[in-house]
Amino acid sequence: MSSIFSLTMLAESIRIAVPYTCAAIGGVWAERAGVIQIGLEGILLTGAFTAVAVTHATNSPTLGLVAAIAAGVALSLGHGQLTERARVHAVISGIALNLFALAATRMGLRALYDSASNSPGIEAYRFGPTGATGGAMLLRVLADPVFFLALAAVAATPFLLQRTRFGLRVRAAGENPVAAASVGIAVTRVRLTALAVSGAICALGGAHLAYDQQRFESGMSAGRGFIALAAVVVSGWRAGRAALACLAFGTLEALQIVLQDEVRKTAIGDLIQTLPYVATLLVLALAPRRAGAPEGLGKHAAD
Amino acid sequence: MNDKRVRALLPIVLAIAGGILIFNLIAFAFGEAPASALRLAFEGTWGTPYGLGQVLFKATPLLFTGLAFEVALRAGLFNIGAEGQLALASLVGGLVASKLPASLPMPIALPIVLATAAAVGALVAFIPAILRARRGVHEIITAIMVNRIVDAILPWTFTTVLGSNSLRTADIAPGAALPRLDRVVPSFAGSAASFAFPLAVVSVFVGMALLERSRLGREIRWVGFRAEACRAEGIDVERRLLLAMLLSGAIAALAVSSTALGYKGYYELGLGAGAGWSGIAVAMLGRGKAVGIVLAAIFLGTLEQAGLAVNARVPKEAMDVLEATLIVLVAVASRVAAKGSRAATNEGPEPEPPRDKPAPTPASEEARS
Repeated sequence: MSSIFSLTMLAESIRIAVPYTCAAIGGVWAERAGVIQIGLEGILLTGAFTAVAVTHATNSPTLGLVAAIAAGVALSLGHGQLTERARVHAVISGIALNLFALAATRMGLRALYDSASNSPGIEAYRFGPTGATGGAMLLRVLADPVFFLALAAVAATPFLLQRTRFGLRVRAAGENPVAAASVGIAVTRVRLTALAVSGAICALGGAHLAYDQQRFESGMSAGRGFIALAAVVVSGWRAGRAALACLAFGTLEALQIVLQDEVRKTAIGDLIQTLPYVATLLVLALAPRRAGAPEGLGKHAAD
Repeated sequence: MNDKRVRALLPIVLAIAGGILIFNLIAFAFGEAPASALRLAFEGTWGTPYGLGQVLFKATPLLFTGLAFEVALRAGLFNIGAEGQLALASLVGGLVASKLPASLPMPIALPIVLATAAAVGALVAFIPAILRARRGVHEIITAIMVNRIVDAILPWTFTTVLGSNSLRTADIAPGAALPRLDRVVPSFAGSAASFAFPLAVVSVFVGMALLERSRLGREIRWVGFRAEACRAEGIDVERRLLLAMLLSGAIAALAVSSTALGYKGYYELGLGAGAGWSGIAVAMLGRGKAVGIVLAAIFLGTLEQAGLAVNARVPKEAMDVLEATLIVLVAVASRVAAKGSRAATNEGPEPEPPRDKPAPTPASEEARS
């Protein structure tokens, strides 16, 4: 049991929670502005691939991070153009975004590294002490610049949404786009701006995922974008609570890794891998019904 | 009337033209002369009887998954769980088919296997369906979770439950196998097209006709059209949503006929993977018509086979990129076409309803346009 209550466990939980959290905060930004965004998964994946490809080419994880954010913003804005200007159904656009990201990253793997499964290894950020003790691991996780940016995003989001003029506009566009438009808010522009923020933060999570593994693997987002979406729903579209939900998921997954060797010997075996997905289903099934959803989610200011 | 038909076709023509353009760009990016890559793609598909047979083979599962997505879409649901529904159904269907006595004749064996697969597909769809109907949880998140769980169940079943070393079932009973099409069209020889193809085409036409004309089909469409009004009329909306999703899962599961039953003669891990996703593109391109779904499935089957034909020079993943782009292109094009027609005739697509509420658009139409 000592392995469960330890610094190692804490470090693992935080490390695993970062991509979930980034995607969830991205989801909060998009959906509070009233845009259904199920393409978080694709943005995570694209962010991860871009980060690795650019880091591999330039040997600079910082450039990789910048490129990943740019890619995330571009995809998110593409989704916004389709849903807000061309009025394509947001779910269809999101499905297409996910399929596109999966296919395009696999094509990129073939094109750049002639591999169907993964990229070559990269040198990502390395700060903090070396060593295998729990304390050293925790310090390494906390000293990661990507973690720091993610933390900043979590802290800044509620403030920006609740206390600034821009945040008020985002919420107005999300709660009632018709009313927002009638008082002179440029709903489409506000939504696109919120989507840019959403894409940037979500791609951050993708970069963290890739830097953590020190390489890109085909389909490595593994449903995290959707689990993050579940976190957004159960949090009632609130950033702080969504981040806490993601931390809970991270803890659960870390627990699974610790228990994995023990469980593998039993009949459950590899089914232990399904723990995050089963937990998501249970949480969604037991959580109260759609509390706190933005009223104008998926609605437009004018036909 | 003629004008209306042109408008319905225009998005598809535009999307295909755009698709060919994008393929050329991708081929160019990989340092291939676009014309030669296109010729290679054509020769591997419609250029030879074998290639054509392969196109039909690739199109077969997409007919089922396309119809499956369409059925759910009519109720306003997005069944993106076909991937998991088909996978688990294929495993159980394959296992049942391999356990049947070899002497069992086809008219008994085949329905048993297909019914089992359909039941398992519906069962997998039941989880997102019941959560949506009873708890209001959006089916997209839950369907993806179920997909991932099925992904883990499959290898676990082989290694832990069955204790086998290979990730495949035993060979299926002869009565459960669907014969290849080259029995009647000898020039298809060597291609994997089987009688699952005509079965799939018939299923699409029957399925779409039932959706239009049967009582349940109409109610499913009404629920997708205006759930609140249905509730006021005393229609059990939740029950219809549940049924639509279960039907969708069962139909997606029938795609096993073209893979384990019509092609391999056993089920192995990964067989039929990807058909669930392509089915979404089929339904979007098919524009809610049986003929449209059949043509869209054949078109995407052509893309898949063409991807294999050019794979040595342009990665076959390019075709998946193209597929995702096509979903968006056809949606945008139809939106533009609808807007253009409204401006030209200066009237809405349907008689104006009372404007106390926003004009109702069927969920399926809204999604498609």
